[in-house]
Amino acid sequence: MPNIMLDVKGLTKSYGGLTATDNVSLQIYENEVNAIIGPNGAGKTTLISQLTGEVAPDKGQVIFDGQDITALPPYKRSRLGIARSFQITSVFLDRTILENAALAVQGHSGHSFQFFKPAAKDRSLIDPAMETLASVGLADRAHLPARAVSHGEHRQLEIAMAMAAKPKMLFLDEPMAGMGPEESARMTAFLESIKGSVTILLIEHDMDAVFALADRITVLVYGKIIAVGAPEDIRNNSEVRQAYLGEGEDL
Amino acid sequence: MSLIKIAPVNMPGIAFRAVILGLCGLMPLIAPLVGEPYWVDIFIRVMIWAIAAISLDLILGYGGMVSFGHAMFFGIGGYTIGIMSYYDNFNGFIQWPLALVLSAVIATVVGAICMRARGLYFIMITLAFAQMIYFLGVSAEEFGSDDGLTIYGRSEFEVAGLSLDLADSLVFYYVVFFFLLLVLWFVHRLVNSRFGMVIRGIKSNEGRMAAIGFNPFRYKLVCFVIAGVIGGLAGVLMANAEKFISPDMMHWTKSGELIFMVVLGGMGTVFGPVAGAMIFLFLSEILSNITENWHLIFGPFLVLVVLFARHGIDGLFWRWFRGQGGPHA
Repeated sequence: MPNIMLDVKGLTKSYGGLTATDNVSLQIYENEVNAIIGPNGAGKTTLISQLTGEVAPDKGQVIFDGQDITALPPYKRSRLGIARSFQITSVFLDRTILENAALAVQGHSGHSFQFFKPAAKDRSLIDPAMETLASVGLADRAHLPARAVSHGEHRQLEIAMAMAAKPKMLFLDEPMAGMGPEESARMTAFLESIKGSVTILLIEHDMDAVFALADRITVLVYGKIIAVGAPEDIRNNSEVRQAYLGEGEDL
Repeated sequence: MSLIKIAPVNMPGIAFRAVILGLCGLMPLIAPLVGEPYWVDIFIRVMIWAIAAISLDLILGYGGMVSFGHAMFFGIGGYTIGIMSYYDNFNGFIQWPLALVLSAVIATVVGAICMRARGLYFIMITLAFAQMIYFLGVSAEEFGSDDGLTIYGRSEFEVAGLSLDLADSLVFYYVVFFFLLLVLWFVHRLVNSRFGMVIRGIKSNEGRMAAIGFNPFRYKLVCFVIAGVIGGLAGVLMANAEKFISPDMMHWTKSGELIFMVVLGGMGTVFGPVAGAMIFLFLSEILSNITENWHLIFGPFLVLVVLFARHGIDGLFWRWFRGQGGPHA
């Protein structure tokens, strides 16, 4: 039995009459890649946001690495080793790629009540930031302003900023959103390369990527989990086909 | 991987700042030469307003918190000096630290409450607090209510027989100039430090900053307190310059004028507010000599700056340089 990194118990969140998360219980094992799939509006982002702390659940519990984090704000969860990338690219466009990554490093290097030393010359921030950028293949873009690089590179930077903290668990909200096939393939290869060294919860619409990366797949429909299992089982699950893919379509 | 890049020198930008600081530094020499000695007094006011505007820009331009109550710190700094003088305590070593500590304490309380709100609500709550403190001044009959209070002497600094004679207007001028340079240097260091990176990050994307491990509330609050203390310093200097305090110095229109100065000079630049304060005060001086309705000219001018110079007048000079083929042209 593998270690449980994240244990979600009976999580529920409603917005008015809409139940976005409906009594979701889910266990994520240490160092697995678990992909959440489901049609648009299934509540995938709402679910992740409750796990990373941006949204407070109405009911239920989130246990991370043995600790109840249900009531913790995002920055405290981040310090425990939870990192996330955002579906809508959230990098600092006015700063360089390197400055973005350095800021992410800074978030995990103690407090930032340092008022005098120029951060741009701080090797204890710059060096790890460069290292992270190199790992996602952005090293040669480091000194460009984030505004000046492509959408695909923004997505890479998103991942780099999440990885900079050397997290125990990574929540990736559609890392391939809006990417061309070539960029997607590169991102998939990168995620493949870190697979096994960090626990990953992945939301993704690109089924090639999902089936290439996931150890297990969780299917979410209308806020409810209708199936969890190995990619093969999910591919052959008739309920999933009906709910998600429509009759007769091939996975 | 080399981190050292040879940055081309921004001549128009640097020249603009040098001219403005040069004017501040040399005005006691220039004013008698051009036969306008009262310019020295205007420049003392310019520098004091500049200090307050720099501090407002720290929360407004860098921290993204639009405070419509920053003149309250003029009042806190000023009234501390005024009230202590009223009770015959002119010792600057007591007056000044007390004013700054009071500014810090009030900024902490006000900031902690305001930061529960966002956007428009933040603006309204800062205004509400400033109005509260304003009316406190109005209702303080002992200290002159609306009519204010005359201060019978500037702060005294005496140590072991050595004294800094602020009563000498030239000495006072250069003390104010020194504090302007000190605040410019301090804020420049601050916005480029780790702390500065955090508050600027929070301004553009608070959610992302929390996701990478920062507690936005704490950093914003500390930023607000630092700005409050610098604002209080401006109040201390103002009370000493005018030798007079009244609730008018913390009227909401003064907070509005500070915002004007920041926007005019350039939000989110350390130097912009200095340019903004100078242009604002000089224009209002010149225009009000021409016509009583000088706001009719000043208003459209401000609109033009907002529309066409996104980073204010200071930004205009820096962009002009980029247009000539600078970095990221």
